[in-house]
Amino acid sequence: MLALKLAYRNLVGKKLRAWLNIGVLSFIYVLIIWHQGIFSGMYEQAAINSVKDEIGGGQYWHRNYDPFDPLTLEESHGPVPPELQALVDGGRAVPVLIRQATIYPEGRVQSIMLKGIDPAQKILAIPTAALGSDRETLPLMAGRVMAKRNSFKKGDLITMRWRDARGTFDAREGEIVEIMSSIVPTVDAGQLWLPLERLQEMTSLPGAATLITIDKEMTDPPMVAGWIFRDHNYLLKDIIDIVRSKRVGGAIMYSILLFLSLLAIFDTQVLAIFRRRKEIGTLMALGMTRGRVIRIFTLEGMMNGLLGIVVGAVYGIPLLYFSATRGIPLPYSGEEWGIAMTARLFPVYSVWLVGITVGIVMCTVTIVSYLPSRRIARMKPTDAIRGKIS
Amino acid sequence: MGGGEFTALKGLDLQFQRGEFCGLIGPSGSGKTTLLNIIGSLDVPSAGSAIVLGHRVESLSEKQAARLRSKHMGFIFQTYNLLPVYTVFENVELPLLLMATTEEERREKVMAALKWVRLLDKVHSRPSQLSGGEAQRVAIARAIVKEPELVLADEPTANLDAQNSYNILDTMLRLNEELKTTFIFATHDEKVIRYLKRKIYLDDGEVIQDEIVHAGA
Repeated sequence: MLALKLAYRNLVGKKLRAWLNIGVLSFIYVLIIWHQGIFSGMYEQAAINSVKDEIGGGQYWHRNYDPFDPLTLEESHGPVPPELQALVDGGRAVPVLIRQATIYPEGRVQSIMLKGIDPAQKILAIPTAALGSDRETLPLMAGRVMAKRNSFKKGDLITMRWRDARGTFDAREGEIVEIMSSIVPTVDAGQLWLPLERLQEMTSLPGAATLITIDKEMTDPPMVAGWIFRDHNYLLKDIIDIVRSKRVGGAIMYSILLFLSLLAIFDTQVLAIFRRRKEIGTLMALGMTRGRVIRIFTLEGMMNGLLGIVVGAVYGIPLLYFSATRGIPLPYSGEEWGIAMTARLFPVYSVWLVGITVGIVMCTVTIVSYLPSRRIARMKPTDAIRGKIS
Repeated sequence: MGGGEFTALKGLDLQFQRGEFCGLIGPSGSGKTTLLNIIGSLDVPSAGSAIVLGHRVESLSEKQAARLRSKHMGFIFQTYNLLPVYTVFENVELPLLLMATTEEERREKVMAALKWVRLLDKVHSRPSQLSGGEAQRVAIARAIVKEPELVLADEPTANLDAQNSYNILDTMLRLNEELKTTFIFATHDEKVIRYLKRKIYLDDGEVIQDEIVHAGA
């Protein structure tokens, strides 16, 4: 208690120098929490939207399927296995057939993927019901970004060319019946959705699927021969990696800021010990051991961090609360991030995030406060009392 | 005593009695401050032995020496050495905070000590708001607040004018007579020397005269 009182009074006695350090530290606390909260929000938002619109509770991939190698698409399909057919029939899984095709928007040639899906499915939140309309034309659904880039609008007829299972080219027109507004780029860019049965028929692949997405409520998916189950950890890896890389970039920025602040505290401590030699000697004469005096000076440095928390809380809590509830408008649309982002990002601040931020800053502040204080251990009280350096 | 090439004290054999009001007198470099520091367990003799309040100074650990100073000794310095960020009250309270005392007890003792030095009206002042004489009286209050058996004063009047010096000495003499506190001064100030009841003259680290002044002398 004595040490705390002494440390506090000494720190406050430094006036502007102390408040500058405290101010910068409080800014660092708020900045780290805010910045990391943005990335947590980004991950949650992207993950939630991806689960909702694309990956559900996980996906069974045909053993040949490799989304990064379009050449494998010709071979990556097979009939839905009976174990999974039961799930499909029960409405707990939805098969998707993926095939390559070419379209000719505005006279250009563009390779796309055709994705066949059951229009009546309820597993994914994309509006596939629009594909079920009883039309003579082939119904197609495009994502907002795909439509924007190719100037598609509802009712447009699109000419498509593809190969069937035997490698024979075929072509026909389809009609854009729906432009969905999913923010998940991997269900939007470079692809058109159509009814599964129509695609199977067009490609002479009756009953075939490339992947089967299961309900997100489903736990413990069965092992199926010839099909590989991909869970969330696998399917969200890209999102995790993108967010992680952005976190690292942010961490470098506030590490530099923290370093500058720690340098200021270190400098203040060195100066304090040099200027307050008489006080150190007096405290020893009054009955303090060197260890206790070191503790007081270390605590004094730590107080910068503690008061930084208080000051940071004063303006940081309203600021963080406001950004978490109102969201932060993004300067550009989510598709340029490569992950599912809406126009407004809602940061997520967890107790863990706040705790770890406070812990890291306090630890580093304690270390830089302690290092100069060790000099006290080498001081002779008789010299210190007279303000001499020993 | 001393270390290396310089010997600060040599061949000393001195005993101090409880309730003494004595001074180590000598010019600069005569060894009086070194002796005072050894008595105060802030320094240790490199040879020989110093027994203070029953403790052999050279065999005390840092912690034991600190405890001895904390419980039984008060210090008064030439430059007062008050802590600038604390008020007069807090400066005087400081030694009590190092001991197990209650807040109420501390308050009583601090106010009593400040009454002794006639500074009750400066309780909330900071050292920077005090004159030299007042600052030294605060230092005296800080030294006596825990009612130590021994007060060590190193040139306590060196930075004070004559009037303030006499006031300080009157205060210390009163404490010595009424509380039986032992005072040992290191000084070469004639004003202090006049008040001493025992005068130990040092020169070049040696005692050249040890004189007891009888009452009325």
